[in-house]
Amino acid sequence: MKRRNFLKACLIGGTTIAMGKTNKGWASGSFEGYPESMGVLVDTTRCIGCRSCEAACNKEQKLPEPDTSFDDKSVFEEPRRPTAKAYTVVNQYEKEKPGGPVYRKVQCNHCNEPACLTSCFVNAYTKTKEGAVIYNSKVCVGCRNCMIACPFNVPGYDYESVTNPVIKKCILCYDTRLKVGKPPACVDICPQEALTFGHRADLIKIAHERIRSNPDRYLDHVYGEKEVGGTSWLYLSGTEFDKIGFDPSLSNDPIISNVKDFLGMVPMVLSIWPALFSGIHLLSKHDSGGEGHDTESKEEEP
Amino acid sequence: MSSYKHLIVAALSLGAISVFTPLAAQCAAVPDSVTLNQNGTLYKPFAFNHAKHIQQLKECAGCHHHTTGTLVLDPECARCHQNSSPTAVVSCKGCHSAKPFSPETLAEKHADKQRYHKDKMGLKGAMHQSCIGCHQKEGAGPVGCQECHPRTEAGEAFNSSSRLGAKPAHAKKH
Repeated sequence: MKRRNFLKACLIGGTTIAMGKTNKGWASGSFEGYPESMGVLVDTTRCIGCRSCEAACNKEQKLPEPDTSFDDKSVFEEPRRPTAKAYTVVNQYEKEKPGGPVYRKVQCNHCNEPACLTSCFVNAYTKTKEGAVIYNSKVCVGCRNCMIACPFNVPGYDYESVTNPVIKKCILCYDTRLKVGKPPACVDICPQEALTFGHRADLIKIAHERIRSNPDRYLDHVYGEKEVGGTSWLYLSGTEFDKIGFDPSLSNDPIISNVKDFLGMVPMVLSIWPALFSGIHLLSKHDSGGEGHDTESKEEEP
Repeated sequence: MSSYKHLIVAALSLGAISVFTPLAAQCAAVPDSVTLNQNGTLYKPFAFNHAKHIQQLKECAGCHHHTTGTLVLDPECARCHQNSSPTAVVSCKGCHSAKPFSPETLAEKHADKQRYHKDKMGLKGAMHQSCIGCHQKEGAGPVGCQECHPRTEAGEAFNSSSRLGAKPAHAKKH
């Protein structure tokens, strides 16, 4: 094979791959969640930090006993993150500010396009039509890829069992409540109705309506409406979101978009490249090999 | 303030929440005390001192918004309800559902595309926000859970750090 032909083939092949992956990326990036997806709207201006949601979650999900009781307010000294023992935690911010403190509940946001699901190579995660991101602990191998992939640092790792390592996180009370249309336990117990349960599409309208009718109370932003491709949990706030523990650097693109182009190439590389390069290798070997044999045999003759 | 007339109308429908003052056949006085949280499981029922709040606030509409007292205070509500008359029911639970997120309520809300008041608060949320909101704003009155309603035994267990039977979910299976 001539060098020029080889380069030409590479160029054509490369262009095809580049065009193919671009189209694929565009097509699957437009998913906006299931139409009947449910969700929860969190109004951080209503939360009083009573931690009832933590207690209700603990009971509903049969989680282990907490280190201290749920009316212990000293836990607010340090911001916490969800763990395998507590699928939801309430953090306190802006304590010194007038009008403060501001409380924010943290749990899985149940993304429309979950990064945990994308990163899981045993397909333990499922996004249900009700909007919950659930997981099958029986197939989980405890690789913790989802912990790294999650943009909200949600999945917790259960170190309790050596033989059955599993990731644990909020499942929106899917098994016990959501499946039959009931609100999650945290929403049910919230005394202030800081948590509003409903169809995600309705909640977005409600959130914007609250902003419209109370412009002084809220910032004009519904966190989770667009972030990382949209989440089932949505947030309203009167304080800048970055000051109450939200990551303002997250883009509106789903996390999967960062790796989709790359991942789309993997099967192609694995299937086409071996064949292509073996072919090239054989061709080139055939040419040069033939000449070599002839030369050798000529030398042996005398 | 034409609140006296409205108060009588209001009192007629107060049967919805338990009232210590017995209701007369046609007309009832404004209750001095109201038992709240009657069906509470985690927190005990408690007597709400209605008379004291009337004395201090004077304006019924402060809590009973648009049902009695000065009817429309919120300019946002006045856009439509400027001339609305008092409602037949003034108790909170006459309008605010005790189960705002039940499948039936949500389905109804989702189906009714033209509904304007899509964001009506549930009974529990309305009462807590009304009480705690005002107590915080005025810098007076209880804001902690047990300052109004002490916990029941079940409530103590619910909040406690040591509960029997609370083991890791997966530990039970193995």
